Amino acid sequence: MEELSYAAPASLADAVAMLADAGSGGRVLAGGTDVLVLLHGEAIAPKLLVDVKRISEMQSISCSDGAYTVGAATAGMRIMDHEGFGAAWPGVVEGVALIGSIQVKGRASMGGNLCNASPAADSVPPLIAAGARANIAGPQGRRSVPVEDIVTGPGKTSLGTGEIVVSFGFPRRPPRSGDCYLRLTPRTEMDIAVVGAAVDLTLDDAGVCSAARVALGAVAPTPLLVSEAADALVGTMVDDAALDRMAAAVRAACNPIDDKRGTIAYRTKTSGVIARRAARTALERARNS
Amino acid sequence: MAQKTHVTTTVNGDGYEFLCEPGQTLVDALRNELQLTGTKEGCSTGDCGACSVILDGDLVCSCLTLAVESDGKSVETIEGMADGETLHPLQRHFLELNGLQCGICTPGILIAARALLQRNPDPTETEIRYWLAGNLCRCTGYDKVVRSVQAAAEEMRRD
Repeated sequence: MEELSYAAPASLADAVAMLADAGSGGRVLAGGTDVLVLLHGEAIAPKLLVDVKRISEMQSISCSDGAYTVGAATAGMRIMDHEGFGAAWPGVVEGVALIGSIQVKGRASMGGNLCNASPAADSVPPLIAAGARANIAGPQGRRSVPVEDIVTGPGKTSLGTGEIVVSFGFPRRPPRSGDCYLRLTPRTEMDIAVVGAAVDLTLDDAGVCSAARVALGAVAPTPLLVSEAADALVGTMVDDAALDRMAAAVRAACNPIDDKRGTIAYRTKTSGVIARRAARTALERARNS
Repeated sequence: MAQKTHVTTTVNGDGYEFLCEPGQTLVDALRNELQLTGTKEGCSTGDCGACSVILDGDLVCSCLTLAVESDGKSVETIEGMADGETLHPLQRHFLELNGLQCGICTPGILIAARALLQRNPDPTETEIRYWLAGNLCRCTGYDKVVRSVQAAAEEMRRD
């Protein structure tokens, strides 16, 4: 087995060059809460770990004209402690707050949560519902894609060799808009989502839903953006009839696994319930924003 | 033999230097390179919290942190909690109220509880339970842990 080495470059260009050079033997180390478990469990055998936490762009939260950019390696506790970001995107913070214990959130990041590519990653559905984009740096330069384009299957992403998710770019929050993420777990804490649902919606000045995004976790091989569910809300007062249609579209989009934490039937049925509750809270937040 | 990396770090205010392998965890280096065996290793996967330490002000699992990542940083462990022979109020109340039985989880719980009280000197029982959700104890059933934290918090608010 090849020896493992570790590097902690301060510049993004150096990190990209190191990863590109290492090819399939390179692995990004952000919070390490997934990568180090995989490493020590011998599920992965990288030859190079590139610690990206010394790259300031990956560790900062900034806001320009109402549009937030959050470094992909920013620890969960930093995100949860950022009042401005939490006020703008409470649903995203709800997802982050559900990632493991306080100790895990002292290290775990949204970039790691996304790139670990678990179907049940809690911060990913709210990032998708928020319309966040992943800002990527790689050997060919920079690109930016919607978050929903990153995960392609359990443990798999669309990132090329040497590419790093550097930050997440959020749109400006329109007036009368709100988001929410809820998950279903057998326990109240320290568990993995059986179903996760995030809803982001915007109301016009008459209270009619003018835009919506609905995203699901843990009910398919990847987190899902369900446009049919969003379409069921747009143009309505987000009343019970609209919520019923949204829940039906959510259930129809599910393609879950059957395991000890939830059967296919259970995950499918409860996805509609959880999405409905998330939509109600998002609506409340939009009305109060 | 893997190439060793030289690490310079501060633990409980004292400077340390040690050599470690790139994949070596911080808990392993604390225990086996620095002989600071107060920090315990339980699950090695970040689920049990026995290895909790403070790294540059953040509560983390030292089993999910590489020793090399502590280079240039400050680490706080259970060995730094008492002031000489004088126990920290949390330590004293855990003893008085039987907040421990076998003790393997105790250093991690004490480090985590101190971090909580630094942020929130007057936590509710629910806040204590959620904050300590990442610290597993198989002996106490948690009630005595929670009561010990509450008692320490009350004393610390008075002082």
